[in-house]
Amino acid sequence: MKYSIFSLARAALSSHKNWQRTWRDATPKDRYDVVIIGGGGHGLATAWFLASEYGIKNVAVLEKGWIGSGNAGRNTTIIRSNYGLPGNTGFYELSMKLWERMEQDLNYNAMVSQRGVINLYHSDAQRDAYARRGNTMRINGIDAELLDLAAVKKMMPFLNYDNARFPVQGGLLQRRGGTARHDAVVWGYAHAASGLGVDIIQNCEVTGFVRDANGKVSGVETSRGRIGAGKVGMAVAGSSSRVANMAGLRLPIESHVLQAFVSEAIKPLIPNVMTFGAGHFYVSQSDKGGLVFGGDIDGYNSYAQRGNLPVMEDVCEGGMALMPMIGRVRLLRQWGGIMDMSMDGSPIIDKTPVEGLYLNAGWCYGGFKATPGSGFVFAHLLARDTPHEEAARFRLDRFRTGAMIDEKGQGAQPNLH
Amino acid sequence: MRIVCPFCGERELGEFTYLGDAKPVRPTADAGEDAVHDYVYLRDNVAGVMSENWYHGGGCRAWLKVTRNTLTHEIAAVEPAAGAGAAKVGA
Repeated sequence: MKYSIFSLARAALSSHKNWQRTWRDATPKDRYDVVIIGGGGHGLATAWFLASEYGIKNVAVLEKGWIGSGNAGRNTTIIRSNYGLPGNTGFYELSMKLWERMEQDLNYNAMVSQRGVINLYHSDAQRDAYARRGNTMRINGIDAELLDLAAVKKMMPFLNYDNARFPVQGGLLQRRGGTARHDAVVWGYAHAASGLGVDIIQNCEVTGFVRDANGKVSGVETSRGRIGAGKVGMAVAGSSSRVANMAGLRLPIESHVLQAFVSEAIKPLIPNVMTFGAGHFYVSQSDKGGLVFGGDIDGYNSYAQRGNLPVMEDVCEGGMALMPMIGRVRLLRQWGGIMDMSMDGSPIIDKTPVEGLYLNAGWCYGGFKATPGSGFVFAHLLARDTPHEEAARFRLDRFRTGAMIDEKGQGAQPNLH
Repeated sequence: MRIVCPFCGERELGEFTYLGDAKPVRPTADAGEDAVHDYVYLRDNVAGVMSENWYHGGGCRAWLKVTRNTLTHEIAAVEPAAGAGAAKVGA
């Protein structure tokens, strides 16, 4: 169904008892042109772009649990395109532009809010690094403003400017950045993809790959039976190594746990998305009033979807350093998600050495903002068999050739990215 | 998660630093590019029991080999890492 003010008025007249399901919960057919493994944001976006941009509508999205039950439902909902390296800069801006038109494209309210993302700096060296990053963004046509202390004070008068251990000196602001409602992004893509004929199949765990005589992948074995496929795309960040292992592949990825936190609801306070530059702490305020924040990954391999106390303490210390006034706000919820930490901190969108199998992985802890861009370029790769120009550097073999995209310059130590 | 250091006893996680999977072995100098690529970049990324290297920087500063389940965070064994100083003198 199409959502509009008229559909809302019609439903109101019947006391909102006649809303239809927003997407179709399908049962598997014998065969599809493309099977996407993973019903998170990236998988569903890929299916939608395949159907809407590339005309491939005989598509299934297979999800082990329920759609959006993985990292799509476990993030801090931040969207931005303030990356500094070739390969990343253009790709994340492509994704940002798709965020800006997503709700119209999908006919779904994803609560995309361009409230601005500001990265605070606390030293001369950090200011210079942010100025360079801002300049990189601007020469690539992306908005960026370097704010001095007076401008930051005007925007956020509530920070600790009096006696901070690491005094705020200013910030790099991207006004077009902001937040989006993470669950609505999943439901929106499911709604639009389902409307174009894509089958979304839940409680369907992939247990193996079907290979033909030449070794090409020709389908998947699942907990709901064998499903044939012309091509298979993996979009299972967090579990990429486990799924790829079924096809005999080892990936340049480690799975790590990242925690996120929500406080009890308070009155409107934080007008934007804000990051603390002298530690690792990022925060925004949800429309319900809770402070949504996070920091570093825990730092050890994990598939447990829960973290430990040292990082929780470190994150809360970052928040307290920036805004001592939040000390009496109680933590409401805390959770963990499993991140595909790649060896250079950047994603992989490429064909695999196994014919018919395509990989979308390695999002580290920046996958949410990439959702529409990732879907678009992965659909392009699946449809055309050549990478989209904005994703051409996200190659699987870049670790062998040396063409790494290491935004933080940490080298092959995934827990430091 | 708390780790029982064989030298210091049970300590909280914040005292330790993680290196990663203890399984990859540095290839010899003449092993070739493929072996080096595999060693530096590719991981088994085990879902289950894994042997891994931890450093007790907030305590005895010894390298430890920890056997831990990545699905549950349950720790089965902690030993001094082979070649670490403390391992040579005997725990």
